[in-house]
Amino acid sequence: MTEVTPDQTGGGGEPPPSPPPASPDNGWRREYWSRNLRLMVILLAIWFIVSFGFGVLLVEPLNEIVIAGFPLGFWFAQQGSIYVFVVLIFVYAKMMDRLDRQFGVDEQETEGAAS
Amino acid sequence: MSQIQLWTLIFIGASFAVYLYIAWRSRVKETAGFYVAGQGIPTIANGAAVAADWMSAASFISMAGLIAFLGSDGSIYLMGWTGGYVLLALLIAPYLRKWGKFTVPEFVGDRYSELVRTVAAVAAIIISFTYVVGQMRGGGIVFSRFLGLDVTGGVIVAAVIIGLYAVLGGMKGITWTQVAQYSVLIVAYLIPAVAVAQQMTGIPIPQVSFGQILDELNAISLELGMAQFTDAFAARPQIDVFLVTMSLMIGTAGLPHVIVRFYTTKSVRGARYSAFWALLFIALLYTTAPAVGAFTKLNLLQGVNGVSADALPAWVDNWAATGLVTVGDGVTTIGSVSNNPASGADLIVNNDILVLASPEIAGLPAPIVGLVAAGGLAAAMSTAAGLLLVISSSFSHDLYFRRVKRDSTDKQRLLAGRIAMGLAVLISIYAGINPPAFVAQVVAFAFGLAAASFFPVIVLGIFWKRCNSAGAAAGMITGMVFTATYMIYTLPVFGTAANPHILDISPEGIGTIGAIVNFIVTIVVSKMTAPPRDEIAEMVENIRYPSERRPVAAGNVTGTP
Repeated sequence: MTEVTPDQTGGGGEPPPSPPPASPDNGWRREYWSRNLRLMVILLAIWFIVSFGFGVLLVEPLNEIVIAGFPLGFWFAQQGSIYVFVVLIFVYAKMMDRLDRQFGVDEQETEGAAS
Repeated sequence: MSQIQLWTLIFIGASFAVYLYIAWRSRVKETAGFYVAGQGIPTIANGAAVAADWMSAASFISMAGLIAFLGSDGSIYLMGWTGGYVLLALLIAPYLRKWGKFTVPEFVGDRYSELVRTVAAVAAIIISFTYVVGQMRGGGIVFSRFLGLDVTGGVIVAAVIIGLYAVLGGMKGITWTQVAQYSVLIVAYLIPAVAVAQQMTGIPIPQVSFGQILDELNAISLELGMAQFTDAFAARPQIDVFLVTMSLMIGTAGLPHVIVRFYTTKSVRGARYSAFWALLFIALLYTTAPAVGAFTKLNLLQGVNGVSADALPAWVDNWAATGLVTVGDGVTTIGSVSNNPASGADLIVNNDILVLASPEIAGLPAPIVGLVAAGGLAAAMSTAAGLLLVISSSFSHDLYFRRVKRDSTDKQRLLAGRIAMGLAVLISIYAGINPPAFVAQVVAFAFGLAAASFFPVIVLGIFWKRCNSAGAAAGMITGMVFTATYMIYTLPVFGTAANPHILDISPEGIGTIGAIVNFIVTIVVSKMTAPPRDEIAEMVENIRYPSERRPVAAGNVTGTP
């Protein structure tokens, strides 16, 4: 995940250099954005551990464990990681719905979402 | 005409009639409808369209075959081409949707400058074109097998059909057609997979049941001179597996023809859920592919192991006509199998035929063979159409309109776009006949280039306000040039000699390094030059919130739910 690190520290760590004069109540914006970034970092950490961790870096030791005919590392590389990716995006969409509602920035029109 | 040819023509004919009907029903005249379908596509439909756009001839035709021969290391394609959606959904799609413009070059043009827009438009055209070539080749293989042509003839037929279809339609026609194409391709992929799984293990869920044959497959692979199927890093060194996977992931997140799909959703929230639906639909095929690879490989090897050369199964003869299956000269019984023509094995099988031939290899009935052929074409056509649209919009909107004729009318721009599409089709016929590598690899190069050019500047553009136009232009150009140079250096294309890989990094994996170079150059150059104007900082601020804020209960704002 080396590629995504610089922007996270750059965008999330430091406050904007010159706050736009039009929005005096910057507090909620910073709060919303930092919560968004926190969720993003957690989900991307899981993304990295499951795919590059279990599927590439640790695949050989995990292959010692065999479940239903599948060496575990092989299973993560060819099946498990994909299932986790689907779940991660779903969790992201749901959590962002909640965050948007809490901060009152959710869009008014309703569109056929999942459940 | 054989049973198989007859059923193939029936399925291809019927599916084409449906696509053309839908395209005709939703034909468009105005530019907005042509490029983004007026932003009124429901989330699930958009997800299916993204999935069809995404899953190309490489996913449908080539991937399972590659996995069959790569074994465990086939995970580079499986993880690489799905993991990128997580990046797309979390880092890019919702923000670009909030921005609400047509194309990726348009985003970087607004965020940075006209120069960056031009660089991005050229990059989008190069990437999409590389990718189209893979589709022409894939479609060509289908026609060549089932019309009894050689691959050259097949590529020409495929290119003419795909080209006509994309030039006449537009994004709106394409979106709904792609929903139909997704349905055709997923059904065509799952039916034979389920049938083979049932036949070989008694459990009709390929994802679960292919575990049971892995031991057997390992044993027979060794016997016929290949590595064990489940051994990691048998085909590629660990560092390369890591880099190729990463390169495909960040390439996915930076591919212009996929990003443009998220503009067609109704809202930011719709963009997030579209990404979810798209990946769910994609995962259906991607979790099946390794099972198809394993089952077909086992079937294939058991069918030919120790068989004399004049008693080989019928599929060998059927496919020999395309030149993609060859029995070595003077071979009497098959004692070794490979996908590499240079290996000198008794039977050489090209990766690209495995999925199309899998029903024949498993001895499934002719209608299923025909269905798979229709599915392969749906995959190639849906992707090629989306790509040609990006080529045409980048050319007409970002180059012609912005650089050549600022007072051009909608009609002139549509015409310029269609001419660009036509040219792209012609050049891709040539490249499809003389491909630099296997279908999936050709596509992998497009990803490397996308990873090294777009991903860094888009992500920095959203998350780092200080990023400026000088940085983005420098980063994109350095990343592209670096990556393309290494690809040309290590591959025997354009008549150059292939040089050995440096540090075990393959040309497919170099995109990761190219992206890191791009990130570093963009950040350093941005820091050294003046910060962007205040309006731009404000624009970046605004795309972070889905809509204007409305009053909410006081307690919520402070962060206590």
